[in-house]
Amino acid sequence: MNKPSVNEFTIKIANVNGTGSASANGLIMKTLFRMGIPVVGKNYFPSNIQGLPTWYEIRASEKGHLARSGRVDLMVAMNAETYKQDLAEVASGGYLVYDSTWPRHNLLQRDDITIIGVPLSKMCNENFPNARARILMKNVVYAGVLAALLDFDLDVITTLLNETFAKKAHLLDANQLAIRMGYEWAQANLETPLPFTARTSDKSNGHIIIDGNTAAGLGAVYAGATVGAWYPITPSTSLMDAFKRFCEMTRKDPETGESNYCIVQAEDELAAMGMVLGASWAGARAFTPTSGPGVSLMSEFLGYGYFAEIPAVLFNVQRCGPSTGMPTRTQQSDIVASAFASHGDTRHVLLFPANPEECFYTASTAFDLAERLQTPVIVLSDLDIGMNDWMTKELQWSDTYQPDRGKVLRADEVAKLDKFHRYLDADQDAIAARTLPGDHPKGAYFTRGSGHNMYGAYTENADEYKEVVDRLRAKWETAKKYVPAPEVVYSAKNSIGVISIGSCDEACKEALDALREQGIGINYLRIKSFPFNGEVQKFIDDHEKLYVVEQNRDAQLKCLLCIECDVADEKLNEILHYNGLPLTANFVVDAIHADLAKGEAA
Amino acid sequence: MSFIKKPAVRHPKLPLNELGLTVRDYEGGMSTLCAGCGHDAITGAIVEAAWGLSIPTHRFAKLSGIGCSSKTPAYFLRDSHGLNSCHGRMPSIATGANSANRDLYYIGVSGDGDSLSIGMGQFAHAIRRNLNMTYIIENNGVYGLTKGQFSAAADRGSKAKKGEVNLQPAIDPCSTAITLGATFVARSFSGDKAQLVPILKAAFNHRGFAMVDVISPCVTFNDHEGSTRSYKYSRDHFAPAIMADFVPPAEDIKARYEEGEAMPVELHDGSRIVLRKIDKDYDPTDRVNAVSNLMRNNDAGEITTGILYLDESQPEMHEVNNTTATPLIDIPYSKLNPGNDMLRKIQSRYR
Repeated sequence: MNKPSVNEFTIKIANVNGTGSASANGLIMKTLFRMGIPVVGKNYFPSNIQGLPTWYEIRASEKGHLARSGRVDLMVAMNAETYKQDLAEVASGGYLVYDSTWPRHNLLQRDDITIIGVPLSKMCNENFPNARARILMKNVVYAGVLAALLDFDLDVITTLLNETFAKKAHLLDANQLAIRMGYEWAQANLETPLPFTARTSDKSNGHIIIDGNTAAGLGAVYAGATVGAWYPITPSTSLMDAFKRFCEMTRKDPETGESNYCIVQAEDELAAMGMVLGASWAGARAFTPTSGPGVSLMSEFLGYGYFAEIPAVLFNVQRCGPSTGMPTRTQQSDIVASAFASHGDTRHVLLFPANPEECFYTASTAFDLAERLQTPVIVLSDLDIGMNDWMTKELQWSDTYQPDRGKVLRADEVAKLDKFHRYLDADQDAIAARTLPGDHPKGAYFTRGSGHNMYGAYTENADEYKEVVDRLRAKWETAKKYVPAPEVVYSAKNSIGVISIGSCDEACKEALDALREQGIGINYLRIKSFPFNGEVQKFIDDHEKLYVVEQNRDAQLKCLLCIECDVADEKLNEILHYNGLPLTANFVVDAIHADLAKGEAA
Repeated sequence: MSFIKKPAVRHPKLPLNELGLTVRDYEGGMSTLCAGCGHDAITGAIVEAAWGLSIPTHRFAKLSGIGCSSKTPAYFLRDSHGLNSCHGRMPSIATGANSANRDLYYIGVSGDGDSLSIGMGQFAHAIRRNLNMTYIIENNGVYGLTKGQFSAAADRGSKAKKGEVNLQPAIDPCSTAITLGATFVARSFSGDKAQLVPILKAAFNHRGFAMVDVISPCVTFNDHEGSTRSYKYSRDHFAPAIMADFVPPAEDIKARYEEGEAMPVELHDGSRIVLRKIDKDYDPTDRVNAVSNLMRNNDAGEITTGILYLDESQPEMHEVNNTTATPLIDIPYSKLNPGNDMLRKIQSRYR
């Protein structure tokens, strides 16, 4: 980056996990955000508590491009172990800041970037008596150095520190001192600011910085969920942490202090799913967050929920598979496993939020759909959405919202019935009414995962069995009327389209912007649900060439499109990103260029 | 799971309970188990206990796993909701249902395979949570539906129908439950309704996890010479340690019992169980004593029965959780929705 620029840069901080860098990194990001600059923070962390390499990447973009940029303009290299790779990653013309208290390896040099040594440890050792503070404050000192290099508004930093440490005066002083030390040292010893700087803007107004798990947990509270069952698993754990935190804040009876919710930490994911089904069967809105290995364990009960027609909401915060895979890296590789989780002819309704904002709203959509359709609904988020800090539009809640509880007959309605039959399709929409335990003797029925007929009685009769599973297939058609429609960006001029999903959204949109600037017009469709609805087929029909962009090796979204839609396999071109890092726009642009060039060559 | 509808015949002089219902009103569908199956006798005891307590039929929820035992909830309490879940997974369904609605009487029916092998984890953790339910293990030492494999409850040295000898030690659900923190542990025999019915009444009224292990011989696969779960073996080795009588809240205990051996224990609803010691060394309120007695008797080949351990003082799951007294399913959405103003307030931390 040689040209001077404003509010378009990526900072990456290389550190060792367990050294307390998170708060300093958060401070840098929040400062940019409060200055009005659109920003995103991505944490690349190990499945480990202390001692392994970890990176935090902050992208500022006045244009609002908030996917992973794939380039580093300023690297803060705090980890000797990864220094070589961190040095190599800096874009030509970029900068690298390192701790000059100790000498660098002579052989590690680059002439096309500027290397800045700052005596971070030395300053901390001289100013902080306590060993732990010396380690922690090193991070805050580099934040001060960056503030000078990038021309941060110091008042913003001061306010942030005052808020963060409002109740911890001794920490406030130390942090303010560390910031000042870094800032002043940089001003005295370096050429500041750099050619790329931060400047106050208004583009982040009306936004918040939040991760998808927090937003989804909050969404579950607003959706009226009362029962949460879970087993800890990365990267979904923080979703239940958030639900718990917001319940403690908003669901305690002001007079008695009693809880209007029940959270159960299960013995494993099998039990967590059983608890969700039990609670939903009894009439509560219940959910569980998990990730790939948890979905494998929950499959037995997901099939039960599908066949016995019990609502359930599952948030699958996807991580890298297969097997244990890479628990702290992102992927979209559970699409097929979630769609058909369990043995037998089973299929599940899936929802695909693309960012934390959608995680919040998708929560209530998921509960409404689960209860309307009386079936498990799986929300497929991923680690990138779930655990990274996204700038997202301020959340709004319509206080006129009423949950769609679906066809539930309570005591007074049951009392009026002549007779109740659980699986009788009275309305011809393939959805039968259900009743709740304890309400009325006439509403009693026996729920089973074994063969049952339309009256809810046990059966091994060929016709009776077939009648029920055929109705379940018909319910799948009903589901298409209720699931959210895809997002479509369309112009009749374009014969090429991109179909994508979930967290690919930001990178796809940025890629399409870039291609448009190069004169290549491409339409865009982002799937928000499975089953797909009619708009997906129409989009496929409307284009000569389609790219399916997704984050897995085996083209799982394309696979579902081929199964569910009328489309020739060769019309769908795969663009697959699956190394565990979030998708970048460049990856998509390069893949499309390469494919188009291939076509021209032929 | 019956194919034949049970005729609703009522003897005009059948006694009525406080709700004006006869015992027939607490029955379910026709059993499809083998003639003479111990499980059917347990079904009868559940019906009698529920009727005897005059609990409205629809205030029970019947839950089970997979296996012969797990079919039985279809054969009692036809006016109650039932759920026949996956193999070994009934405790999690019960935990969820109870989380949502704490006001029902939860009866879980399981088998020794369902609870002590595939479902051991969930069984253990439902106990640990002191989930407010009655958990009945219909224990026959054998897998019936798959035709006669040993279960984890089969005694070492017990012989299978085809002559194979079990070489692995048995898991005893009673001592296991006590060590896991169960607050009500009983054992009975399907052939002894006089003992089983009061135990079940007490179990239904116990606040917390009530585990009732019922020796229930399998007439088809485990009722032969050499089996330690046959009717004959069970009768010969049946050793009641503590007999229990259930006393409803209104009745006076002193009028009916002598001081001394009788020990009344008050349940949370004001009803009482009167424990009568038969084995004078056995103390059902002392965990260590109960477990050591059980182990000693077990090694001697005795099947110790009765209410083996009881602790009414422990909080059940919702008390630990401090859940509101109103069942969660009855809280209106207006009370659950924090509202848009609160959302704005919450978001101030994310700026």
